Amino acid sequence: MSTDKVVKLADLNKPSFVLSDEERHEIEHALTHYPDGRAASIDALKAVQKRRGWVPDDAIPVIAAAIGISAADLEGVATFYSLIFRRPVGRHVIKVCDSISCHLTGYDELRDELEKQLGIRYGQTTKDGRYTLLPICCLGACDRGATMMIDDDLHGPVEPKDVAGILGSYS
Amino acid sequence: MSLRSAKDPNYQKPLTRLIDSAAGPLDLKGHEAEGGYAALRKAIKELKPQDVQAKVKEANLRGRGGAGFPTGIKWSLIPMGSDAGAKYLVCNADEMEPGTFKDRLLMEQAPHQLVEAMAVAAYAIQAQTGYIFLRGEYVVAAERLNKAIAEARAAGLLGQNILGGPWSFELYVHTGAGRYICGEETALINSLEGRRANPRAKPPFPQIAGLWGRPTIVNNVETLSNVPHILLNGPTWFKELNQGKTSDAGTKMYGVSGRANRPGCWELPMGTTARELLEVHAGGMRGGKKLKAWLPGGASTDFLLPEHLDLPMDFDTIARAGSRMGTGLITVVAEDQSIVSAVRNLEEFFARESCGWCTPCRDGLPWTVKILRAIENGQGKTGDIEQLSKMTRWLGPGRTFCAHAPGAMEPLQSAIKYFRDEFEIGIVCDIDSAKPDVCILPAGLPDITTDRDLAQKKAS
Repeated sequence: MSTDKVVKLADLNKPSFVLSDEERHEIEHALTHYPDGRAASIDALKAVQKRRGWVPDDAIPVIAAAIGISAADLEGVATFYSLIFRRPVGRHVIKVCDSISCHLTGYDELRDELEKQLGIRYGQTTKDGRYTLLPICCLGACDRGATMMIDDDLHGPVEPKDVAGILGSYS
Repeated sequence: MSLRSAKDPNYQKPLTRLIDSAAGPLDLKGHEAEGGYAALRKAIKELKPQDVQAKVKEANLRGRGGAGFPTGIKWSLIPMGSDAGAKYLVCNADEMEPGTFKDRLLMEQAPHQLVEAMAVAAYAIQAQTGYIFLRGEYVVAAERLNKAIAEARAAGLLGQNILGGPWSFELYVHTGAGRYICGEETALINSLEGRRANPRAKPPFPQIAGLWGRPTIVNNVETLSNVPHILLNGPTWFKELNQGKTSDAGTKMYGVSGRANRPGCWELPMGTTARELLEVHAGGMRGGKKLKAWLPGGASTDFLLPEHLDLPMDFDTIARAGSRMGTGLITVVAEDQSIVSAVRNLEEFFARESCGWCTPCRDGLPWTVKILRAIENGQGKTGDIEQLSKMTRWLGPGRTFCAHAPGAMEPLQSAIKYFRDEFEIGIVCDIDSAKPDVCILPAGLPDITTDRDLAQKKAS
C-alpha cells in the first residue's frame, strides 16, 4: 500500500477488493487438498492472478481471510515467489530463460532482440499494455535452447529472426 | 493395436519403454494394456509394505534428483506400524536445475507411470496422502498428471480402500510459483505448507518430522518412476540394467545440452560414458568445434574436461573425478566459448535464486557475481582470483545453512582450477597500496561498465 495515502481506520475493515465467485470456488477447492489452510496460499494467489493478471495489495487481506491466515503471513509468501506478480503486467508475460544451456545457445542475442523490438527491458511492460518482459531460470527444455515462455506456451529454439513472428501471434 | 512395449521386448528401458512423444501419453486403459498398475496390484495383493521397501533397498536404487542417496535406506528411516499416524509421500517435481530436462519428459509423456509409482511407494511407507510438487511453469505436465490422477481415482486405483484393501491413498498435484530453492527437500516442504521456501535445519530429517511435522519421504520423479518396474521384474533385473558398465544399478535418464548437434535426453544403462552421450547420441559438437569443458549434471556440479569423457557416468566415478553426477544431464561448452562468461551466468543464477536466509549465501553470491562481471569485462583487480578462491571456501560446505551456495561454488572452483588463464586475462588493473580501494586502469582502456556496454561498443 502506498504510504502517501491517508487511510481511514474504518476503511481498513472494508477492503475494496472482492473475490469473484469463480475465484472463491477455486480457493475453496484448493483448501480440500490440505489439512491446513495456509498450504493453499500459492493456489489462492494464483487463482486471483489467473483472472486479473496480478495480485493487487488490497487483495491480500481478502485472500488471507479466505484461507484463514493473517494478511502479513500471506504478504510474506506473495513477495517471495517470483511468479506471483505484485504489479500490473501486460496481457502477455514473456519469460526468457537466462540459465546456462540457453546462455550457451544464443540467450544474449534473443534478449537483445526482444528488448529492441519491444522497446523495454526486464521488469517493464510495453506502453500499449501488450507485453511484460521477465527473465526466468531454466525452463527444463535445454535441448531446445534458446527458449522462452509466453504465457503458458513454450518456444524454442528461438533465434532473433523468429522473434517478430512469435510476438505477432500474441495480440 | 501395436503395443508400445514391443520396441523394448527385453525390458531394458523401463522408464521410457512406453513413451511415444509423437503420439502423446497413454490414458489409463492404454497404460494398463501395457502392464501398467500391475505393480500396484502386486504390492497390495501379495506384498507387505516392508517387502516393497526391501526390494527397493536390494535393488540399490539411488536418488535421481542429484544426490544419489539410496532410496531404500531413506524409506527405512520412516516409522512403521499401526500407531505411526499421518505420513506423507512427496514427489519432488520442481525440476529447475539449469541444464536438466528429464523429469519434464517423464511427466508429460508417462504420467500414469509416476501416478502408479507414487501409489506403490506410498504403500511401501504406508502414507495416506501424497503430493507432486510440480514447478508452475510445467503446465502441460500439470494437466496430464491431473488427468491421470482423475482416471486412476475413478478406477479405484487411488482414493479410499484401494483395490478393496484396507489402505487408502489420496494424491494431489501442487504447483509452485517459481524459486529454484523449492527443489531443496526441506525448502520444498516449507513451500508446500504455504510458507516462504527457506530450508529447515536438519535434524530432524523429514523422515521423522517433515510436512506438518509428520514423517515424510521426498523423492525425485525419476527415482519414483523406477519403483513399479523394480517390483515387477525384481532387484536382480534392475541391477543388471547397467549392462555391467558400473556398480550403480538401473538405467539413467541422461542428456546433452549446449552447443551439440542434437541435444536431447535418453534413457541409457547407468554408467554410460559422457563420450557416448555427446558423440553418439548428441551427434558431437555443433559446427565441428572442440569441446572445452562440460558440467556432468547441472549448474551445481564441477566442470570436467574432455579428458574425463570416457569415465562411466555414475555417482561414485564422477565424484572421484572431482565433480558430481548430479542430474546426469551434461552441459557442453565449446572451445570458442568463454568459461568466465559461463561461470558469471551460473553465479548470477545462484545469486538471484538464493532464498536470502543466511548471510554467506545472500551476500556472498552477489559479491561473487560482481567480481566475475569485472573480470569478464576486462576490469578485474589484482587479487580478484584469490578473492574468488576464498569465496569457494567461505561459501562452501558447512559454512551455509543449506547446499545452495556450496553447489554454486562447485563450477566456480573447477573453472578456476582448470581455466585460471581465462580469469587472468580479465585482470587489468593495479592497486596503489596507499589507496587500496581504487582501481587504476591502464591508460587507453575504454570506459566500460557492463557487459552490455561492452557488447554495444563491440557492435558499433
